[in-house]
Amino acid sequence: MEILMAILIGILFMTATYLMLSKSLLRIIIGTGLLSHGAHLLLLTMGSLKRGAAPLLGEHAEAYVDPLPQALILTAIVISFGVTAFFLVLAYRAYQELGTDNMDRLRGKEGHE
Amino acid sequence: MSLLHLAVLSPLLLALLIPFLHKHFRNIHTGWFLLPLPAVLFGYFLQFISVTRHGDTVMESLPWISSLGIDFSLKIDGLGLLFALLITGIGALVVLYSIYYLSPEKEKLNTFYIYLLLFMGAMLGVVLSDNLIVLYSFWELTSFSSFLLIGYWNHKERSRYGAQKSMLITVFGGLSMLGGILLLYIITGTFSISETIAMSNEVVNHPLFTATLILFLLGAFTKSAQFPFHIWLPDAMEAPTPVSAYLHSATMVKAGIYLVARMTPVFAHSGTWVWLVAGIGVITLFWGSFSAVKQTDLKAILAFSTVSQLGMIMSLLGIGAAALHYGTIKDGYYIVAVTAAVFHLINHATFKGSLFMVTGIIDHETGTRDIRKLGGLMNFMPITFTLAIIGTFSMAGVPPFNGFLSKEMFFTGMLRVAEMDIFSLETWGILFPVIAWSASVFTFLYSMIYVFKTFTGKYQPEKLEKKPHEAPIGMLVSPVILASLVIIFGIFPNVLSHNIISPAMGSILPSLLADGESFDVHISHWHGFSPELFMTLGVIVLGLLLFKTLSKWTGIYRIFPERLSLNHLYDGGLEMIEVASRNITKTYMNGFIRTYLVYIFSFLIFILATTMIYKDAFKLDFSNVAPIRFFEVVLVLIMAVSAITILFAKSRLTSIILLGAVGYTVALFFVIFRAPDLALTQLVIETVSVALFLLAFYHLPQIRRNEERIRFKLTNALISIGVGAIVTLIALSSHSNKMFDSISQYYVENTYKKAGGENMVNVILVDFRGFDTMFEITVLGIAALGIFAMIKLRMTRGKEQE
Amino acid sequence: MKTNDVILQTVTKFTLFVIILFSIHLFFAGHYYPGGGFIGGLMTSGAIVLLLLAFDIKTVKAILPIDYIKVIAIGLLFSIGTGAGALILDMPFLTHAFTYVDLPLLGKTSLHTAVLFDTGVFLVVIGVTMTIIQTIGESE
Repeated sequence: MEILMAILIGILFMTATYLMLSKSLLRIIIGTGLLSHGAHLLLLTMGSLKRGAAPLLGEHAEAYVDPLPQALILTAIVISFGVTAFFLVLAYRAYQELGTDNMDRLRGKEGHE
Repeated sequence: MSLLHLAVLSPLLLALLIPFLHKHFRNIHTGWFLLPLPAVLFGYFLQFISVTRHGDTVMESLPWISSLGIDFSLKIDGLGLLFALLITGIGALVVLYSIYYLSPEKEKLNTFYIYLLLFMGAMLGVVLSDNLIVLYSFWELTSFSSFLLIGYWNHKERSRYGAQKSMLITVFGGLSMLGGILLLYIITGTFSISETIAMSNEVVNHPLFTATLILFLLGAFTKSAQFPFHIWLPDAMEAPTPVSAYLHSATMVKAGIYLVARMTPVFAHSGTWVWLVAGIGVITLFWGSFSAVKQTDLKAILAFSTVSQLGMIMSLLGIGAAALHYGTIKDGYYIVAVTAAVFHLINHATFKGSLFMVTGIIDHETGTRDIRKLGGLMNFMPITFTLAIIGTFSMAGVPPFNGFLSKEMFFTGMLRVAEMDIFSLETWGILFPVIAWSASVFTFLYSMIYVFKTFTGKYQPEKLEKKPHEAPIGMLVSPVILASLVIIFGIFPNVLSHNIISPAMGSILPSLLADGESFDVHISHWHGFSPELFMTLGVIVLGLLLFKTLSKWTGIYRIFPERLSLNHLYDGGLEMIEVASRNITKTYMNGFIRTYLVYIFSFLIFILATTMIYKDAFKLDFSNVAPIRFFEVVLVLIMAVSAITILFAKSRLTSIILLGAVGYTVALFFVIFRAPDLALTQLVIETVSVALFLLAFYHLPQIRRNEERIRFKLTNALISIGVGAIVTLIALSSHSNKMFDSISQYYVENTYKKAGGENMVNVILVDFRGFDTMFEITVLGIAALGIFAMIKLRMTRGKEQE
Repeated sequence: MKTNDVILQTVTKFTLFVIILFSIHLFFAGHYYPGGGFIGGLMTSGAIVLLLLAFDIKTVKAILPIDYIKVIAIGLLFSIGTGAGALILDMPFLTHAFTYVDLPLLGKTSLHTAVLFDTGVFLVVIGVTMTIIQTIGESE
């Protein structure tokens, strides 16, 4: 399973990178969304998969899966939601003000360092 | 936290209160709130004289970063106490003076006094800390407060220029010194100054010794304005005059002197130290006094004079260091240079402080400091004139003032250099008295220029902005006190010798003293018809002669072209650096976000791949994998296909839906991988996110993909495949290499025991790693506020326009 | 665009309370079962988003006249305040305490300061999500 997940994560990162390098703002935002999905799965896979019960002591199991990556991912999910929302609003406000979503034209002028 | 720590930190604490005091007591000059502090501190430090005069020290330590050997330890010994007294004593007088100098209506008094307190605290920290890192922190704080004070009148272009110049030069030196401190730590393994001194033998024989020494000296020389770093000091004169009197003559510029004196026991066993300190000192002494003569601004004269006097003290310390090689102190033959250095340090603070204050008075009452416009002020300002006479004559080395005594000792020290037989001093040593003597002639000359061009000669009322009159009494108090000290120390120098000078020397040359022994310092006025006396007479005669014939020979200052001056070099160099760095930056910062992303991703691939190869980290281990079930393969396929389809999606809506599909599949994976919390969160978040995308969707344009060329796409594809591959490799290796056990067992065991919960994930979030969560919700809040601002602020702005 | 969403509106009225009750359950169960401040908060905001979908922004604002930015601030105060409370008792920042009490009817119940901290998280999550959705929704 881990091997399969590793390949899947690779695919997610690949598509995310490709989208982020494109010129359209919306595609960049979707790219960041995919990137965070990939990162979450990567964290989870690193901590080994399916090696015990869910990390609830009420399960009274002999072994539990690693709770630490889960806590990290939970934080990351919520943060990436905040970032995506921020980015989305930034993109659409930039589009409203400047009339373009083409990254080539969204470039600072000379002397505006 | 001892009383001593409190004393050092008290200026910083008072600085916190100043804004409130300034705001609530508008009709009281803010300076009055300050005045008690340095006065009380001065009294507090005075009581330590009874300790240090017997050669004892006081040490107080407060743990700070103990694991790195950094403790806030303070030590009072003779040298530190001398400086602490100067800082608080002159500080009190300067604050008193500034109350009359700065008008509460026109100036931003609160910022001024905050900077001044910042400086006072920092300076006390420098001279009293026994830990090099603490010393360094305070050291940079003095540079920083000096920057703020020089740039205090920040509407003036010259002020900003001077502030920047001093900052660049002194911080350059400060960073060098930090390098020196770290090298010293490598050698000794301690940051404590006392322990370092005890290990001086190991330091001298270490291969890093010379580098350490030079880095330390760079710090000291830049701070004390030694040649060729002296160029910042004249420009620092743009600061208000009380600041110049305090920072740039009496205290801060002496921090370099302090450092040299403090580190003498560590470094002085090497000839490099003696030669560099004494040599640079003498060059500075000459160059400063030579340059002072051509100045026309009273403050510029004093600035170059300060440079020159600092060079004099520095050279004395360098020569005094050579005394360490003669193991005996019985006749005090060579150590007279150190005595002279310490004595002159005090004298310089008194006469130069009073002269700066006199300059401030002249500037304040006439509106100019240009000696070409001034003249004949003697009749209008008799008290100021008297003060100026006392100050300048002491500076020139004329009896009966204190400057005469230290100047005589200075000559003695210089003459004895020629008799030393170490470090090839026997051949070149003769240069020292020669240069020293000619520098003293110029010192005499500019002192005369200062006093006589201003107070005698023709009175030119048409060139002055105001009608000159005597300064208010409050402004005269401080310079009068300092001038009286000039006379008192001149007539009764031995008030100082046992209480202050001898303990300070004990800190500079500790290895010459046996336990309980102290230097027997006695300063006398009359040595008989000695060479020193004739040197002084020669200075006076030749100086007067040159003063009378001034107009005939000043042409020599024009021989040296302006283009080659150090200032020109500094300005040109700075501009060149700016242009060069801008050009270099332009080559890779082209303003396209994509370019930056390409850099980031390429670098990611590069750094990860090289690390993997270099560390031989890649490993594949199929033995320990979880079983795969059929529907899991289906989920993987769904996810991979959706992700790849996004790349080819033509419409916005399709892309968003596909992203949602990926997100929900991730949630399913969380279920399979036994992470119920994550699955729940991911489900809800995905729903809210899709709603959000759909909301914003109306506002964003259709995706246009035809604009992208084939080459562009190929580069992108190459980079993305690289990133994907490297991440897969990392995931595989991280699975196959389990180098150490997971730390999770701790949480499994303690979730119930220590936190009384059963859901480990939640307990980690709210309890074990609560800090993370707290900051996370803070970040979330900031993001929400940002979004709110981006949308709402535009709306209000739109309304204003209507 | 005027559509007839009577069905959605009617269903929303019922499910809303179920979702909110469920989210509160999730929130309080968090220490022992899946759930907690994040999930509870998100679930509650999900319910309000559903309300927004079924009705329009103005109606929802009339029903729930809440300034969500203040909710964020209150939530942050809760969390940081709980952490700082430990300082007063001379313990490291964010030290939590818990105890078990026997209440009539309910039996053995645990009391946690961590719940107070989680309440902060809960409120911040609601505040943030709703601020974002509402401001985007209001903008033209």
